Amino acid sequence: MNKDLVSTIADLNEQEALKIVKDRLSAGEDPLKIMEDARKGLEIVGERFASSEYFIPDLVYSGEIMKLITELVKPQLTREEETRKSGKIVFGTVRGDIHDIGKNIVTFMLDVNGFEVIDLGVDVPEQKFVDKIKESGASIVGLSGFLTLAFDSMKQTIRAIEDAGLRDSVKVMIGGGQISEEIRKYTGADAYGKDAMAGVTLAKKWTGVN
Amino acid sequence: MEKQWVDMSPEEKQEEMFNQWLSPRDPEGNDLKFQSPGAQKDYIERVTIIKDAIQMKKLPARVPVIISPSFFPCYYAGVTPQEAMYDYDKLNMAFRKFLLDFQPDTNIGSIGPGPGRAFEILDYKLYSWPGHGVPPDSPYQCNEGEYMMADEYDALIEDPSNFFITTYFPRVFGALEGLKMLPAATGILEIFGVAANFIPFGLPPVQAAFKALMEAGSEALKWIGAVGALGNETMALGFPGTFGGFTKAPFDVLGDTLRGTRGIMLDMYRQPDKLLEAMDRLTPIMIKMGVSAARMNRHPLIFMPLHKGADGFMSDEQFKKFYWPTFREVMIGLINEGVIPFPAAEGHWNSRLEVLKDIPRGKTLWMIDQSDMLEVKKTLGTVACLAGNVPSDMLKLGEPEQVKDYVKNLIDTVGKDGGYIVCNGAFFDEAKPENLRAMVDFTREYGIYE
Repeated sequence: MNKDLVSTIADLNEQEALKIVKDRLSAGEDPLKIMEDARKGLEIVGERFASSEYFIPDLVYSGEIMKLITELVKPQLTREEETRKSGKIVFGTVRGDIHDIGKNIVTFMLDVNGFEVIDLGVDVPEQKFVDKIKESGASIVGLSGFLTLAFDSMKQTIRAIEDAGLRDSVKVMIGGGQISEEIRKYTGADAYGKDAMAGVTLAKKWTGVN
Repeated sequence: MEKQWVDMSPEEKQEEMFNQWLSPRDPEGNDLKFQSPGAQKDYIERVTIIKDAIQMKKLPARVPVIISPSFFPCYYAGVTPQEAMYDYDKLNMAFRKFLLDFQPDTNIGSIGPGPGRAFEILDYKLYSWPGHGVPPDSPYQCNEGEYMMADEYDALIEDPSNFFITTYFPRVFGALEGLKMLPAATGILEIFGVAANFIPFGLPPVQAAFKALMEAGSEALKWIGAVGALGNETMALGFPGTFGGFTKAPFDVLGDTLRGTRGIMLDMYRQPDKLLEAMDRLTPIMIKMGVSAARMNRHPLIFMPLHKGADGFMSDEQFKKFYWPTFREVMIGLINEGVIPFPAAEGHWNSRLEVLKDIPRGKTLWMIDQSDMLEVKKTLGTVACLAGNVPSDMLKLGEPEQVKDYVKNLIDTVGKDGGYIVCNGAFFDEAKPENLRAMVDFTREYGIYE
């Protein structure tokens, strides 16, 4: 039965997955175990996305299924889920740019791969990144941007991190529609990711997670 | 007797549309007076090489070169995007300077920035513009959302115009909230229908909405007066416009404007039939939108910014089911009326190329961004003229020599047998001026067919 929830979520079978969750809840099962299975299902979705079997709509749909499951399970939760996060990442779309589709895909993938993502949203000023890095002690920073003017905002954000004396304690990745190795050099980032999976690979490499 | 429009074949209609483009008119409807015989010669030469590149029947005299910027002309001229949207003299100054300094073969026109004050009067929500949600020196950007709910497909399908006016407008324009009280126009029948259905027009919220519409309309008129004047002025100097209007792929109409990315992606799973039906409903409307603009502006090129069909945004199966059929149908509808669809495939479209090439030869123009250009040439490029692929990062950070080498390679490979127009790959705000100059000047010098 446990395996069923994992695979129905992995196969994006919304109705079936919700039914299993309801049945298991009414059978009095530990809600945390249900959440654990649901998360395993999402991990498989992430793997299928990584191997190009799944695409962005599949991620969006799986996220929606997870949201509905969480809504069902949450009222039954008596204790907090144990966090098993493998690293903190501060993420945001840089100043002057409000595009967020790409950012949301990467943060989703980082999340299902066990990272704790602190998403600062869009049009994020340099100082906000600096403050959040200090406050959270994150070891990775992700800068997203779609416009050509995001190149300069990225550069200035990395400069601000440097000026705050934090550059040696964080790795910075950048990404977005027009980002390339040339842009990486220009901004001073440690690496750039061509797609969401590249972001996950970088984060795993930097945190030593396999 | 001259052949009537309805009796013409798509090829004859296309020829006629090109003829209209070749013989521009002034706002009074008379033949446009060029500034000099040389300007007229330039104009005709420019349209002709673009026509030859698109039709793929014979080699153009040279490779055309165009530039498609977003707010670059403003930054280049020292005008902020905010100034360009509120001060039409500054707007025109920037776009005139851009055109005359770089001398590409077509004029993008100053239509891009739009009338900020009109958006302000309407309290437009779909975009944030400089001073309204983004800084004064940022370009405007889209705020995607669910402006149509998941359960509203039937209302859209039943009567799209009524849905737009009474449901979409009140959500996307704060000042038009009153329009949701409007009756359907088709209820105004007989003397009774007039009496009853005019009651809402007396209500204060409806009247406030109409007041906002009138004020925004006056502002838009002021704006188009300036934009049109620059268009005519530059046409008289020998620069044809880049396009005659725009339309969209039905999937993007729903995904960008109405349901948002998240909404439409969920609909692909939860209510695929409704989504398909709505796109079918929008298809003739999108065809008509493009054809009307092309005829009104005597310009056959109709731009189609493509968004959610790019690689990764859906699987190839989903692309073939959801994106392609109605996108193709819109293109065919335009082609049948002699209009040239001008889709911009921003980002990567490598996995779609085999599907895209299922269109009639010599009847479309494609702006290609980062797709593998040699693959594009081998597939889509066998039936369609290609433009673009000069990368944004190179234009901003590279050196003129690099740009020249890149353009040379494009001309040597993609442009070898015609069917190619040098152009940047994606709309851009920033670039080194010397790189754009290198792109244009080198093409002029090197891109001459023997």
